[in-house]
Amino acid sequence: MQHFWNDPLGWGNAGIFIAGAVAVLAVVIFFVTYAIYFERKFIGWMQFRKGPNRVGPLGLLQTVADVAKLLLKEDTIPSKADKGLFVLAPVLAFVPSFVVLAFIPYSMNLQFADLNVGFLYYIALSGITTIAIVVGGWASNNKYSLLGGMRSAAQMISYEVPLVMSIVGVVMMTGSLNLRDIVIAQEGYFWDWNFLPQILGFGIFVISAISELNRTPFDLPEAESELVAGYHVEYSGFRFAFFMLTEYIYLYAIACLTTLLFLGGWNPPFPQLDFIPGVLWFFLKFAFIVFTIFWIRATFPRLRVDQLMSLAWKVLLPLAILNIFLTALGIELM
Amino acid sequence: MEKYINSYVIVTVFLILGILFPIFVLWLGKQLRPHKPTDAKKTTYESGNEPVGVSQIRFNVRYYLYALMFVIFDVETVFLYPWAVAYKQMGLFALTEMIIFAGLLCIGLVYAWRKKVFKWNSI
Repeated sequence: MQHFWNDPLGWGNAGIFIAGAVAVLAVVIFFVTYAIYFERKFIGWMQFRKGPNRVGPLGLLQTVADVAKLLLKEDTIPSKADKGLFVLAPVLAFVPSFVVLAFIPYSMNLQFADLNVGFLYYIALSGITTIAIVVGGWASNNKYSLLGGMRSAAQMISYEVPLVMSIVGVVMMTGSLNLRDIVIAQEGYFWDWNFLPQILGFGIFVISAISELNRTPFDLPEAESELVAGYHVEYSGFRFAFFMLTEYIYLYAIACLTTLLFLGGWNPPFPQLDFIPGVLWFFLKFAFIVFTIFWIRATFPRLRVDQLMSLAWKVLLPLAILNIFLTALGIELM
Repeated sequence: MEKYINSYVIVTVFLILGILFPIFVLWLGKQLRPHKPTDAKKTTYESGNEPVGVSQIRFNVRYYLYALMFVIFDVETVFLYPWAVAYKQMGLFALTEMIIFAGLLCIGLVYAWRKKVFKWNSI
């Protein structure tokens, strides 16, 4: 995409941009389909079960069947619900999650938009999804949904603060917010990647990111044992599917961002391995992060809501501020 | 300059596609799925009982306090980012200033902590 950046805008270029966006949508939907399949498979194996294995060879078409079922299912809107907001919420959740994907660089030569605001772009857009979740919970006019929506808002805004602050250390070391520059600054051996000099920031980032994704052990907004399903109790059919899709697209985005910010992006662990294309290294690291998130889900029990909130404000936030000043001192002394 | 404009054109393309995709899929679903609403189907779910009262009530003020804390610290990060980008050029003077700024906010955090804003005692 790089050589199109400096061309003046014309119909031909606009056509290429549209084709690129459609390709990203296709790749993401493919990712979501098989992320759900592998999540169920991995968790199945970790619990000595087989996981989905009936639809298609090895159960590979299980998610396709699930999506077809959701598409053909009757879509009920409760008579007490606020109809306009109820219909708006899933779309409002999905749109920012997809727009986030515009700025992710996959390798030196494969990136769509090159934004200097970098990580702030992700933060700005992912905040809108929080609003959509509250809107969905409120509009359903259901007690479980309202509780799930409010909890979700409280959790997501609480963890957004340490998430944003944990990146400040990386930005200080690079002197830029642009993801491309951050990856280029990590060139060299694997101990040059940000996760070692920024080990504290890396830990805070991963914990807050899992919480932002509303995944176990922080999945209180949809804690099925206490809130039925949280904010999407009343959603059925494809409106429900959009909430699921949003969740997995954010999983994709967070796995990409962790790779780029802390694990060296498309850089190989040793410069001698340079002959293997960067996209492949990116994909390996990305797959590792996604697998780790599934692994955590299979391993950890859910936190209690008071523990969840005190973890964000009493532990992660002071540590994130400490990390900023430790990084500042480190740069001064070096 | 072209690069700058093109990047935001791409973002706009993603935005438009992101809006059109759900509209198209929900329209497609509407053509395919059955639609036979009954009154029982349209009640809200309350573990099988008849729903009692309304749900859109006033809720605990605690959420509002969290929102306030979020605004304070999110604004702090907005100031932190330009500082972090320029830190290597500015050096020790900027560090001292930021320690004073963050220190004031940490006093606020300790105050909220002592006032038990972060204590979650129900629901």
